[in-house]
Amino acid sequence: MSNATVTLDIRRLVGRFSLRAASHAGRLSYLIFEMVRGLSEWRVWLPRTFEQAQNIGYGSLFIVALTAGFAGAVTSLQAGYQFTGGIPAYFYGGVIVESIILELAPVLTAMVLAGRIGARFAAELGSMRVTEQVDALESLGRSSVSHLVLPRVIAGTLMLPILVVFADVVGIASGWFAAKGALEMTNADFVYGAQYFFRPWDLWYSMIKALCFGLAITVVPCYMGFSTKQGAEGVGRSTTTAVVSASVLILFLDATLAKLLLTRS
Amino acid sequence: MIELRNVSKRFADLVVLDGVDFSVRKGETVALLGPSGVGKSVLLKHINGLIHPDKGEVWVDGQNLTRLKRKELARLRSRIGYVFQYGALFDSMTVEDNIKLGITDEASAADETYSRKRALQCLELVNLDPVVAEKYPAELSGGMKKRVGIARAIAGQPTYLLWDEPTSGLDPVNADIIDSLVEKLDDELGVTSVVVTHDVRGAFRVADRIAMLMDGRIRAMGSPAELRASTDAAVQEFLERDLTIPVHH
Repeated sequence: MSNATVTLDIRRLVGRFSLRAASHAGRLSYLIFEMVRGLSEWRVWLPRTFEQAQNIGYGSLFIVALTAGFAGAVTSLQAGYQFTGGIPAYFYGGVIVESIILELAPVLTAMVLAGRIGARFAAELGSMRVTEQVDALESLGRSSVSHLVLPRVIAGTLMLPILVVFADVVGIASGWFAAKGALEMTNADFVYGAQYFFRPWDLWYSMIKALCFGLAITVVPCYMGFSTKQGAEGVGRSTTTAVVSASVLILFLDATLAKLLLTRS
Repeated sequence: MIELRNVSKRFADLVVLDGVDFSVRKGETVALLGPSGVGKSVLLKHINGLIHPDKGEVWVDGQNLTRLKRKELARLRSRIGYVFQYGALFDSMTVEDNIKLGITDEASAADETYSRKRALQCLELVNLDPVVAEKYPAELSGGMKKRVGIARAIAGQPTYLLWDEPTSGLDPVNADIIDSLVEKLDDELGVTSVVVTHDVRGAFRVADRIAMLMDGRIRAMGSPAELRASTDAAVQEFLERDLTIPVHH
């Protein structure tokens, strides 16, 4: 293959990729615009939001508890392994609580929910798209965004901070128990360490992260589901892309928010 | 009245509609015939704004659909019933709730007594037992799903009915039942209808006029008798495959 052909192919590849990215950006912006416009139709989305919130919140409790429980215990055990000798015992309390609140609870909860509800949203809406149910709604003069997208996005975005608080509680409790058992730490040391390092802003930061992650794990899968083409194969592709994109977006947002909100000037 | 003026539509490199002119008079039933994949459903979706043309205008009820704002389009759509090829029923809802969703007038839809009565009335109109109301779409046969789709489309008492392949995928007996329904509903409800189909016999049975879509354009349009007398070889070839058995109109 000549150099000219290789250059041409790369140009074509870059061109095609840029066009696809621009097309996604345009359609995603349009969906967000439609969502904002649909907010006035609260009679449509509000009752459906309660249904979705119940499903997301109640339905995710077990998996969130399991993830946070193990994360708290492992953080505690690893802290014990890393900080050997010379470190005051109360430090462990601070490390465990801060790790859970600032990073582990929001990120792990969002990751788990990206798989659980992100995949579900993309598959549901994708199936509805390919079986013309979305078109059917539109043909009846109803807004598919207000009926299908808004309830999912609002419920997911509002439920994630609640689930993160739940994960905080479970994670800290399991970390505490693990520290007591494995590190032979007293309750007083743990509480003192936790209070010593804790700043109220940490909790706010955790909630801001949870809200941003909530948006990411609902808007992206809803968009992917709505853009589904080509039958069952398309639904599978949308579901996979939705989960992967939402997970990558969580990591990207995590780094961006840490830089924006935690870096001291 | 429905009118498409010089409508063109392409998907990537594929030109589906290439300057289509097509009109349906008030109270008329027009069948849109053509081979599979020629763009009949795409044309039908232009009539209720599910697809927008790249070029040209779509007029329904004296309104240019391509220029309508969101709320105006929603209002117009509430007067257009659309029967989807595979029913497009909401699978998480019962048959009754699916039909109730078709009641497009907000006040009527909010009235629980009226909407239940209307759902059962529509089931009766499409010859389905009221027991079906409590079932979910997954529990129904293909023919029953199509009829529930029709019931949903007529629940809002539309002025226009758009039928997308109402008999495709059905055995001859069920296809005949659906054709009878198309005839019966068009007569009883006095709606203006467009029936997209590749079933030539069904089209000759239900339509006042027939249009044939080929190569992105309306190749021929006229009454069943005029179409049968057409000298266009492509039209004749398409009709002859299905019209070897005499059809009574």
